[in-house]
Amino acid sequence: MSRQSGSGAAYTIQSLTFTYGRSGRGSGGWGFHHLDCEVGEGKILGIIGPNGSGKTTLLKLFIKILKPQSGMIRLFGKDLTEVSQMEVARLVAFVPQESQQLFPFTIGELVLMGRFPYHRPFDGLGWENPGDVKLARRAMKEMDVDHLAERQISEVSGGERQRALLARALVQEPRVLLLDEPTAFLDLNHQLDIARKLRRLNQEHGLTVVIVSHDLNLASQCCDHLMLLHNGAIIRAGTPQEVIRQEVLKEVYGCSVIVDQHPQSGNPRVSLPV
Amino acid sequence: MGNIRKFVFQDEQDLMSSSPVRENSLSAGSLDSGIKSIGLLEEDIREMPTLFLSAKRWLSVISGIILLSLLIVLVCLTFGAQPIGMGVVMQTLVAGVRDGQAGIESAGVPGVIVWQVRLPRILLAFLVGGSLAGVGVALQALLRNPLAEPFVLGISSGAAFGATLAMLLGVGNTFLGVSTLPLWAFAGGLLAIMVVYRISVAYRMLSVHTLLLAGVILNALFSALIMFAISIADPTQAFKMMLWLMGTLSVPEFWTLVTLLVYLACGFLILFWLARPLNILTLGDESARSLGVEVDRIKKLVFVTSALVTGAVVSIAGLIGFVGMVVPHAVRMIVGADHRLLLPVAALAGGAFLTVADTVARTALAPTELPVGVVTALIGGPFFIYLLVQRRAGVPF
Repeated sequence: MSRQSGSGAAYTIQSLTFTYGRSGRGSGGWGFHHLDCEVGEGKILGIIGPNGSGKTTLLKLFIKILKPQSGMIRLFGKDLTEVSQMEVARLVAFVPQESQQLFPFTIGELVLMGRFPYHRPFDGLGWENPGDVKLARRAMKEMDVDHLAERQISEVSGGERQRALLARALVQEPRVLLLDEPTAFLDLNHQLDIARKLRRLNQEHGLTVVIVSHDLNLASQCCDHLMLLHNGAIIRAGTPQEVIRQEVLKEVYGCSVIVDQHPQSGNPRVSLPV
Repeated sequence: MGNIRKFVFQDEQDLMSSSPVRENSLSAGSLDSGIKSIGLLEEDIREMPTLFLSAKRWLSVISGIILLSLLIVLVCLTFGAQPIGMGVVMQTLVAGVRDGQAGIESAGVPGVIVWQVRLPRILLAFLVGGSLAGVGVALQALLRNPLAEPFVLGISSGAAFGATLAMLLGVGNTFLGVSTLPLWAFAGGLLAIMVVYRISVAYRMLSVHTLLLAGVILNALFSALIMFAISIADPTQAFKMMLWLMGTLSVPEFWTLVTLLVYLACGFLILFWLARPLNILTLGDESARSLGVEVDRIKKLVFVTSALVTGAVVSIAGLIGFVGMVVPHAVRMIVGADHRLLLPVAALAGGAFLTVADTVARTALAPTELPVGVVTALIGGPFFIYLLVQRRAGVPF
């Protein structure tokens, strides 16, 4: 497989069409129609938009959880339909919005599951080798959950669980990290923490990051590029300055907001006029 | 890996100080080189003894449970209508192993009782209990539901219907000297499991209650069909069917044991082989896919395997409920949720559990024997209700 780095795009999407079938949302006609977009390598891309605009759907198309009806998704230049699920998992890590766990797995075990794509398929016993454990340990340290390694998933807080899921994603050694609402359940302190960690991973390791978020301010502060989705169409894409504009947000969200400048970064800041 | 920029951790120093990454280490992209340079490997791993399942821990837990199972089997050999002391049991066992048939006969009546009556039945109970518990573990992981097990989901009654049909039509007896009854039961179980699978696909996140409801309906449906079959069977056959349906273990023929063992060994090997994907599947379909698991293929494989094992068990032992739920739950609390350990330990514990239950069944009201299904239901029913109530308080379904 010829994987060229520096081609400039982690993902290239051409004429993507996807609609949920009869079993899906049921609101007929919803979906992506001939969507084109690109995720630049080494960048942080924020996907924003109202509820039901297709943000999470797009992420799921990126990792073959959903399959498009037509069009092409290229991952580092390679047709995604020709990349095996295992191969995708070695290149792209996905952190879901919420994950329930009814069984008493420990945080350590959860993080180590990120090594699965590196083991042979159907490998029943497949002991984690020392390298895997080492990697898991570092990822847990990085995400500040190493002291929770032996605790059960159900025993830790939402924020700790979220960080453990991030650690699991890092253990996959991905080139692209996809996050669905990474800060949804976190308090301010941990929101800031996650935002900083993502920036650092991006800057130090060249990790491409795609964040789906409701939090316009987080997106504005954190991301190099933003993509504003509405009803399955890209309304606007570009730098935060280009996307987070009063008239654009009013058109998409249907309500007036105040957009001014962040006192430190100068990036757009959104607040509600109450 | 050349110039690929993958996410790779730098060594400990970098992590602690968050210092800028060196150019060469970015391009190295190899985990091994990073590890060798640190040289603290042994201590690092020893720091987290239970973080991962090591071969050593696996072996020690498995040998522990094997020893415990052997002890339970030995104790159960002493119980029965005719009590036989532990010493005598040991002597006859040794004599039989050493001298074969001659040794058993030289041990007299106890030798015959131990070798030809109790041991085969205990082996049957062990195999049946072990496979029910193993299938329970797999189904629970697959459906992400700690209450799932073949009996509750209606898979056992599906299998029972298949076997009843074969008995009624008189086609289930032998084909080339091997009983085809398990295959009929397999077909019935597969039918039931397909219904469960369709339901689990239709609802993306299946609630416990939906699944239990599906099981109740399937059980009612198959019970009705079985009742119908019994009602048109001749009285002698009908009585035999009833007894079998209640979940009865009897002294099996040698070849019955061998046939069962073949089915179960195949089934268990497949499940064990899938232990890691099963771990990942408990995270849910989408997370599992994102980690590289071929979800649909593995689900189908586990469902078919479960039907096969359940079919083989039901065709010989009838409906024995709740073993597949009580045992995995208890074992999970002790050894954790990792299926590489959970599956074999639950299978061994399930075997030991049913051996004890069957010993109770044949001795509690001796010389009258209870169906072992009655004993497991008496233990499992209240436990099921307890789980349902306790879960309701804790975990949102």
